[in-house]
Amino acid sequence: MSGADDGLVVDNIARSFNGQQAVDHVSFEVRPGELVALVGASGSGKTTTLRIVAGYEQADDGRVLFSGQDITRLGPSKRGFGMVFQHYALFPHMSVIDNVAFGLEARGVGRAERRRRASSALDRVGLGGKGERMVQQLSGGEQQRVALARAGVIEPRLLLLDEPLSNLDPTLRQSTRDELRTTLKESKAPALFVTHDQDDAFAIADRIVLLSRGRVLQTGSPEDLYDRPVTRDVAMFIGHATMIPARRNGEVASVTIADVTHAVSLSSSANVRDGAEGAIVLRPEAVEIARGESGDTWPVSVVGRRFAGAQFVYRVRLDDDLVLDVASRDRIEVGQAVGVRVTRPVPMVP
Amino acid sequence: MTVARWFDQRSRAERMATLAALPLLLVLIWTVVYPNVAVIAGSFGHWREFAESPSDVEALKNSIIIAVASVVASLAIGVPLAFLLTRFDFPGRTLLRAAALLPAALPPLVGVISFLFLYGDTGVITRLTQIVLGLQEVPWHLNGIGAIIFIHAYTMYVYVYLFVSAGLERYEASLDEAAVGLGASTFRRLTRVTLPLLTPAIAGSALLVFMSALGSFSAPYVFGGGIRVLSTQILNSKLNDAIGLAYVETTVLAISAVAGLMLFRWLEGKRAYVAAGKGGASRRPVHSRWARVALACAAGLIVLVLVLPHLMIVLVSFAKDGAWTTQVLPPVYTTHNYAGLFTENQLWTPIRNSIVMSVLATAANVVFCVAGAYLIVTRKFSGRRLLEVLVALPWAIPGTAVALGLLATFNKNDIAMGKILLVGTFWILPLAYFVRDIPLVSQAVEGSLRQMDPSLEPAARGLGASWWMAVRRVVLPAARPGIVAGALLACVTAVGEFVASIVLYTHGNRPISIEILAQLRSYAFGTASAYSTLLIGLVLIMALAARIAESRMQ
Repeated sequence: MSGADDGLVVDNIARSFNGQQAVDHVSFEVRPGELVALVGASGSGKTTTLRIVAGYEQADDGRVLFSGQDITRLGPSKRGFGMVFQHYALFPHMSVIDNVAFGLEARGVGRAERRRRASSALDRVGLGGKGERMVQQLSGGEQQRVALARAGVIEPRLLLLDEPLSNLDPTLRQSTRDELRTTLKESKAPALFVTHDQDDAFAIADRIVLLSRGRVLQTGSPEDLYDRPVTRDVAMFIGHATMIPARRNGEVASVTIADVTHAVSLSSSANVRDGAEGAIVLRPEAVEIARGESGDTWPVSVVGRRFAGAQFVYRVRLDDDLVLDVASRDRIEVGQAVGVRVTRPVPMVP
Repeated sequence: MTVARWFDQRSRAERMATLAALPLLLVLIWTVVYPNVAVIAGSFGHWREFAESPSDVEALKNSIIIAVASVVASLAIGVPLAFLLTRFDFPGRTLLRAAALLPAALPPLVGVISFLFLYGDTGVITRLTQIVLGLQEVPWHLNGIGAIIFIHAYTMYVYVYLFVSAGLERYEASLDEAAVGLGASTFRRLTRVTLPLLTPAIAGSALLVFMSALGSFSAPYVFGGGIRVLSTQILNSKLNDAIGLAYVETTVLAISAVAGLMLFRWLEGKRAYVAAGKGGASRRPVHSRWARVALACAAGLIVLVLVLPHLMIVLVSFAKDGAWTTQVLPPVYTTHNYAGLFTENQLWTPIRNSIVMSVLATAANVVFCVAGAYLIVTRKFSGRRLLEVLVALPWAIPGTAVALGLLATFNKNDIAMGKILLVGTFWILPLAYFVRDIPLVSQAVEGSLRQMDPSLEPAARGLGASWWMAVRRVVLPAARPGIVAGALLACVTAVGEFVASIVLYTHGNRPISIEILAQLRSYAFGTASAYSTLLIGLVLIMALAARIAESRMQ
C-alpha cells in the first residue's frame, strides 16, 4: 500500500449475507485523480463493495481509509463522497435544479448561492436551461447527467458510480463513455465505478479491479488485464478468448491439437512455471487462416461465418470440443478445410 | 446477557430500526393482540354453553352459509360485469362504469336502510309490484338468509368488479392473441388462458367478500328476521349479560375468519402467476344492432338498480317524518329534516361526535401507520415481519370481534394487567376506529413507499442530508399519495362506522350510525335518511378529494 495517503484504501473488507460471502476480503486502492473500475459478473460482489465504500453497507471485517483516516464506521452523510446510483435516484418530486442543489442545501448553503452553483454544474454537463424541468421530462441520457451534476456539485472527495451506463441504449452508450471519462477527468476527483461491461471499463478506467465471487482476481491497467491475464477466469472475462491446453517449454508453449504439435511463442507474462501444464490464451487478432500446407499450421474445418463489416469472422473447429473465432478478409466457404496459425506471442495461464 | 449480545451483533442501522419499531409493536400488542387474548381467556368455561346452545350452532352454520353464498353471488355479478366493461364498447358503457362503483359509497347501515325503503314489506318496489300485478299480499318478504345475501351481493360485488377489472386492464393482450393464433376457441381461451391468469384477482376479491360477509352485522341485524348469525349473537349475549358466551362466540367468529383467510391464501398460492404485462387489450365495439340495443337496455336497467338505493335515501330524507304510511312514495316533503340536524342539539351531537372521533382516530392512524410503513418498507430488522403481520391483523378480525376484544381489555384500571378503563368513556370509540383502520392506512402508505425508488433515501443521505431532512424532503413527499388516500379512506369508514360502535358506544359519544338506528326505531325515516344522505355526501366528497389529490401529484 504505497503512497495512498491521499486516496481511498480498501483494506481486506468482507461482508456476508445470510451465510453467503458476498465480499471475501477485498483490497484495492484509488489514488488521487485516478479512475478505477470494479468489474465483474452479477453476484461478484462489486456493488456490495461500492456500497461499503459509500457507507450504505457495513463491512463485517476490514477497513476503509480515506486520506489516511479510518472511515469504516462513518455514516454515508459524513463521508463527503458523491454517488451516482444505477437508476440515478433522482428525486421525482423536485425540479432538475432542486435535485442538483440538494447536497448544497444539506450543507446549509444559502438559496441564491446554491442555485448559482447548481446551474453552473448543469451548464458543465450541457443541461443549462433545463433546470426548471421535472426530472421525468428528461431523457435517460439527460437524467444520467443530472445525477452526475448532483454528485459533482458538492465537490466530493471521491465519486462513486454504480453501473453509470447500464440504463442507456447501445448507441448512446458509445458516445457517453468518452464524455463520462472527460467529465470525470475534468472534475479532478478520483472516481470508483462499478460495471459488468468490460468495454465500459476499458474506455473509462485508468485501472481495473476484476472481481469474481467476492474475491479480487486481478488488478491492473486495461492493457495489463487484456495482455497479461494471471488466471483462466481473467482471460475468459476480459475480451474474447479461447483457451487451449499447453505445456510451457521455456519461452514457448508446446500445443497439441488433433495430434499435431507446434511450439507457440509466449508473451512475457506467462504465469506458469517452466514445464508445467496450462493453457494458452488465443484471441482472434493473434491467429490467422492459412490456405494451403505450411509447417506451422493446424488443420481445421470452417463451421461458421459471420460478416462483420471490414472482415469476416470465421468459426473454426480445432478438435472435438475446441472452436475458435478467426478474422479474415478472404471469403472461405463453410465446410472447407483450412489451416490456422498463431501470429504473435500469446499469454499463458495456469 | 443474551439479549445484550444479540443486540451487539446487529448493525447500527438494524439496531436503530428495531428500537424505533419497539413502541409500535408495543401499541399493536396492547391494542390488537392482547384484546384477542383477553377474549379467548374470557371464553374458557363457557364452551359447553356454546356447544349446547342450538341457536349458537345455527348461527355458526348461517354465518358460513351466508359468507360462501355472498362470495358466489358477488363473483357471478362482478366477473361478467368486469369483462363486459373492460372488453366491449356499447352505448351506455361510460354511465354503467361510473354507476358500478356506487354501492361502495353506501356506509353499511345506510345500504341496509335503503333496501328496506325499496324492497321491504312497505318498500316502494314491493308496493309497485303488488299494485302492477294486482296481488292481495306483498309479493315477497325482505328477511332471512336470502335477503342478507341479496344486499351482500349488491354491496360486495364491487370488490370483485374492481379487482378483476384491474387484472384485465393489466392483462397482456398478446396472451389472448397467442391462444387464438394457436387455434383455441373462445371458450377454451377463456377457461384455459384468461381466467387462470386472473385467478389472483378473483381469489383476492373473493377473500375480501368472504371476510366482509362473515363479519357482516348490519344486514342480519336489521332484517335477519329470525335468522341468527354469529355477529348478532355476540351483541345479544352481551346485552343479556352473558359476556362469557359472547367471548366464545367472538372467538368462534375470529377463528372462522382466520381459517377463511388461510384457506384463500393457500388457494391463491397454488396459482401464483405473475401475469402483469403491458396491458393493451383494446375494447371491441359491439356491431350487431340487436346486441347493441339489448346491451344498452341492460346497462340502463343495471344503472337504475345501482342508483335506486341512493336516490331513495335522498328522496326519503325530504319526506316528512310520520306522514309516509301506505302510499307508494312519501306524500309530503320538507327540508325540515336537514334543518333539524344542524339546529337541534340532540340531533347535532352525533354528527359532531362522529366527526371529532374519526378525525382523532385518523390522525393517530396517520402518525402510527406512516412510521410503521416506513420501517417495513425501507428497513431490514428483526421484528419487521412481526410488525408487518400485526398491522394487517385487525383486517382479519370482524368488527364485532374487535369491539368485544376492546371491551375485554379496557374495562377497568389495572395497570399490572395492562388494563385501563376506557369502556364507558368517550375514548373507547376513537380507539376502536383507530384499531380497525390500521390495516387500511398502513397498506395505502406502504403501497406508495414501495413505488419509491429505494435508492432515494440513501441518495439524500449520501449528499449529506440528516435523517430528518431526508425523511422530510424525500420520503414523505413520496409517501404523500398513500397518506392522503389512506387518511381519507380511514376518515370515511370511521365516520360511518356502525359494527364496533353499537357494542361500545355510550349516550355521550353516540355516533351518526347509532342515531340513524334510533331514528329508524322511532319511525323517523326522514331524519334517519337525512343523516344517511349526509354520510353518502361525505363519502363522495372525500372520494373526490382523494382523486383530486392523486391527480395533482402526478
